[in-house]
Amino acid sequence: MLTKLDELAAEHAKALAGGGQKYVERHHKRGKLLPRERIELLIDEDSAFLELSPLAGWGTDYAVGASVVTGIGVISGVECLIVANDPTVRGGASNPWTLRKTFRATDIAMANRLPVVNLVESGGADLPSQSEIFIPGGRLFRDLTRASAARVPTVTLVFGNSTAGGAYVPGMSDYVVMVKERAKVFLGGPPLVKMATGEESDDESLGGAEMHARTSGLADFLAEDEQDALRIGRRVIARLNWRKHGPGPTFPVVEPVHDPEDLLGIAPTDLREPFDPREVIARVVDGSDFDEFKPSYGTSLITGWASLHGYPVGVLANARGVLFSAEAQKATQFIQLANASDTPLLFLQNTTGYMVGKDYEQAGIIKHGAMMINAVSNSAVPHLTVVMGASYGAGNYGMCGRAYDPRFLFTWPNAKSAVMGPAQLAGVLSIVARQAAAAKGQPYDEQADAGLRAVVEQQIEEQSLAPFLSGRLYDDGVIDPRDTRTVLGICLSAIHSGAVRGAERYGVFRM
Amino acid sequence: MISSLLIANRGEIARRVIATCRVLGIRTVAVFADPDADSPHVREADVAVRLPGASPSETYLRGELLIRAARDAGADAVHPGYGFLSENAEFARSVQDAGLTWVGPEPAAIESMGSKVAAKRLMAEAGVPVLPELDPGAVTDADLPVLVKASAGGGGRGMRIVRSLDVLDEAVRSARAEAASAFGDDTVFCEPYLERGRHIEVQVLADRHGTVWALGERECSIQRRYQKVIEETPSPAVDADLRAALCSAAVAAARAIDYVGAGTVEFMLSPKGDFFFLETNTRLQVEHPVTECVTGLDLVRAQLEIAEGARLPAEPPVPRGHAIEARLYAEDPAADWRPQSGTLHRFELSTVDVEFGVGASDHGLRLDSGVVSGSVVGTHYDPMLAKVIAWAPTRVAAARRLATALAGARLHGPATNRDLLVDVLRHEGFVAGETDTSFLETNRVVVRLGENRTERLSALAAAVAETSAVRGTHPAIPPGWRNLPSQLQRKRFAGSRGEIEVAYRLERGRLLGEEDVVLFDSTENRATFDVAGVRRTFHVAVHGDRVFVDSDLGSVALQRMPRFTDPAETVAEGSLLAPMPATVVDLVAEVGQRVEAGAELIVLEAMKMRHSVRSPGAGVVEVIEVEVGEQVEAGAVLAVVGVPVGVAEEG
Repeated sequence: MLTKLDELAAEHAKALAGGGQKYVERHHKRGKLLPRERIELLIDEDSAFLELSPLAGWGTDYAVGASVVTGIGVISGVECLIVANDPTVRGGASNPWTLRKTFRATDIAMANRLPVVNLVESGGADLPSQSEIFIPGGRLFRDLTRASAARVPTVTLVFGNSTAGGAYVPGMSDYVVMVKERAKVFLGGPPLVKMATGEESDDESLGGAEMHARTSGLADFLAEDEQDALRIGRRVIARLNWRKHGPGPTFPVVEPVHDPEDLLGIAPTDLREPFDPREVIARVVDGSDFDEFKPSYGTSLITGWASLHGYPVGVLANARGVLFSAEAQKATQFIQLANASDTPLLFLQNTTGYMVGKDYEQAGIIKHGAMMINAVSNSAVPHLTVVMGASYGAGNYGMCGRAYDPRFLFTWPNAKSAVMGPAQLAGVLSIVARQAAAAKGQPYDEQADAGLRAVVEQQIEEQSLAPFLSGRLYDDGVIDPRDTRTVLGICLSAIHSGAVRGAERYGVFRM
Repeated sequence: MISSLLIANRGEIARRVIATCRVLGIRTVAVFADPDADSPHVREADVAVRLPGASPSETYLRGELLIRAARDAGADAVHPGYGFLSENAEFARSVQDAGLTWVGPEPAAIESMGSKVAAKRLMAEAGVPVLPELDPGAVTDADLPVLVKASAGGGGRGMRIVRSLDVLDEAVRSARAEAASAFGDDTVFCEPYLERGRHIEVQVLADRHGTVWALGERECSIQRRYQKVIEETPSPAVDADLRAALCSAAVAAARAIDYVGAGTVEFMLSPKGDFFFLETNTRLQVEHPVTECVTGLDLVRAQLEIAEGARLPAEPPVPRGHAIEARLYAEDPAADWRPQSGTLHRFELSTVDVEFGVGASDHGLRLDSGVVSGSVVGTHYDPMLAKVIAWAPTRVAAARRLATALAGARLHGPATNRDLLVDVLRHEGFVAGETDTSFLETNRVVVRLGENRTERLSALAAAVAETSAVRGTHPAIPPGWRNLPSQLQRKRFAGSRGEIEVAYRLERGRLLGEEDVVLFDSTENRATFDVAGVRRTFHVAVHGDRVFVDSDLGSVALQRMPRFTDPAETVAEGSLLAPMPATVVDLVAEVGQRVEAGAELIVLEAMKMRHSVRSPGAGVVEVIEVEVGEQVEAGAVLAVVGVPVGVAEEG
């Protein structure tokens, strides 16, 4: 596991490196701060910062991190969602992954009712990929104003370029701070204006901070420098009169009795090795205190109640990978119980899917799996999902995979997600090919089959790994298993910015 | 018999007198000026009478108010303490005229010693050795160095050493001005200044029946600005023969003026062993506790009993052991001894054996304090906070005990001279007994205990302790947690040598960022580190933006620097700020005037001392924000000096 963590740290280092040493130095030389330096000054001293989707764009043509930093931090005592352009990566220009990462961040802000703070310095759209950006990119501005309409405050601090479409980020925000002699906010710059109307102009008169503060009124505050902008931003948040709508932590926070450090040894690096998720729960929940529900029934899935950083949670955890009818029914009941008591749910995934085979199909495994998926889909309490190991097949759905909109989903570095295990998938392909050959009466090339199986297995393996999936924003980040409690604590606290209320109704349960 | 005593004083000495009265069963009446309304001496007295106003001239120096207070509160005696009206014969007389018992010598005795010029003549006649008196107008090069002294002076005010005739006139003039403002008498005189002299004084106690005791000597050579800082008994420079000579001179002096009660005859001891009469203090001295420690006497009790007519036994008690007193002042030795003010959040000496020493058979470590935790140190009165006294069988043991106690004291508030006291007590010259009145000038003792590393570690401890403070939103989330750590966290503190930035990060309970420092554990109030293999606990106390860190390495006062500065609050370059709350007494420069670096621009007065505000560089006075007579707060902008274009390049 430590090897996996080192590998993960190496990937994270790519995101931290931004545009590389040369551009970082140039940026510093201009007296400007890096996005994470801005965030460090923006958030409260000694408070935690949970960076989201740090591996966005991994395995694509674009830089790891997608030239933007997003995350949840506490500003003047208020948990906010922070979006900060990284101007060292191609001038902070948005590429398709930048958009997806930003959209994910605004989704989190809306779902959890977190004020949004934009730290803007972006050269606009990455023009070569404009076809992937222009049309969907409009959502950026829509999201901002919808957040505002939903009484989720939006604050934008402009540190540099925020031109053309980017000008609507301040334009759509509730509060705007601009840095003197640095911010540049206009729809069209001097060359474009000259082309359009023949008017001679300059940056300052078209979009300087002083102009916007004194003349256009687009800037509410004129900051002397970057630090001053961050100071003003903190004051703005302090005066939002912010109140969280969810209940505060209702239980005393007691550290687990068992040391989270042990999770390094508990999390399996070979997913074929089963492990008892109670060992994980005991290292994540308050006081290692867990009240199991239906402990003798459907024992391949563990359900029960606990609290985490003082917030009550219902936990569903795969014990032996496979989900049978009993497990599906147990999960369905448990999810309904949690909704009946407005209790958030935590899914700890290590599933190889629903059981297959004649007996199980005949016993109605589809119906029972569907009940579970129905309950998960229509459940209205916040869901948190951690992929601890395998996440294969419809088990990914039943255990609240990405498509089921958990408020947050994190992956351990050893985890894998796919329609099925790589060996199984390659084997299935082989069997199908063999049958096709037999049907045509052709001889089967065993050597080619072995080669194909190896290639397929390799490809599926790569595509089921954590960095690949995280790169495509199928999770909110790959985390050190030892940090699970902390990450979930930060998320639960953020979630309770909004109200927590269970579902009133579900889809038709097929009996 | 005295049944109810008014103490015409404040602070430490008022508490000292109250402590004795409590043992004797005497009811006590305190008086208080408005800033002292909540002072310990007021709380400890049986009743207290307000003296409206703040300045001493409105309050503690108003004899008629004090006598009325004594009458109103039913007191039948008055103890003057030291300072204020303690050596004011007119007051003593009006106390007696009002039918009250005056705890002190007869007014005539006070009067005879009130003028230093007259006192010297009187003593010379009684056969006590004196230094010749020089007419300021007739001083020649051969007489140098000379000391200019106010005749009515005391406490170092109105005193100037002159080593060159050029500055004599100026010294006489300023001494006269200071004497006039402090004592209402501008008479000054000159006498030869003894280089490397020692200040030796003899405690006398005389009853109304002709018995005069000389209770051995005290050495008070460690002085700053002519004010005593460390006093001890016996003096390492005095042997039995010299002691006998000093004591008999003191007794002769006391008899010459029919002295009654407790008094002190001060001498200057030359390096050759000759001694000369300086003055007689007709009251209890600040440093009386050292004598009490070695003799076992309660001098306040003796004063009261003598006032009641008691007889002293024929022979004084035989002193034993050694006692040293250190005066703890709210003042900054590094900043020209400037008095400091503000809230003393914590005042604690954990190893104190006895307070005020009343009734103690063995003093050990004694504390005579005018303040307690939470006291506010104002600007109206003497900045002395407390006296700490150690008694031990030997001088080195007493010095060690006192130094350790002072070093370990929790003093959270205005800057104090504590480090200086500790440094003196541990200085090899002091330990060797090589003390004279120029000790603080000739020895580089202002070496702060807070070495660079100590301040850094203390700041780091403050930063780490702060992470343990409960945070509203994420009460139990590890402080400063990051899933992608990109940098260390930074906090800035202002220390004695400027800004200290500490950079650190906590990762799974481990402290990163500072070499050779391993975090053992921390709470909101302390951090324990293993520093290069040595486990050290730093106790952290936060009061607003002030942070006080105490550890075995020393006590460090830090100011937490704000993360951000509001541009609207920054002060223009070249601004001159008031170094302390003070009154503007003179504007030397005018707007538009060209001034050199160091030129005196504005004169302030605080704590009865004049302080010059000087130009930080050559330039032109652009703005003067204050007027003569104006009261200014510490940090107030007084004036702005602009550097004219062109001048900067020349320099």
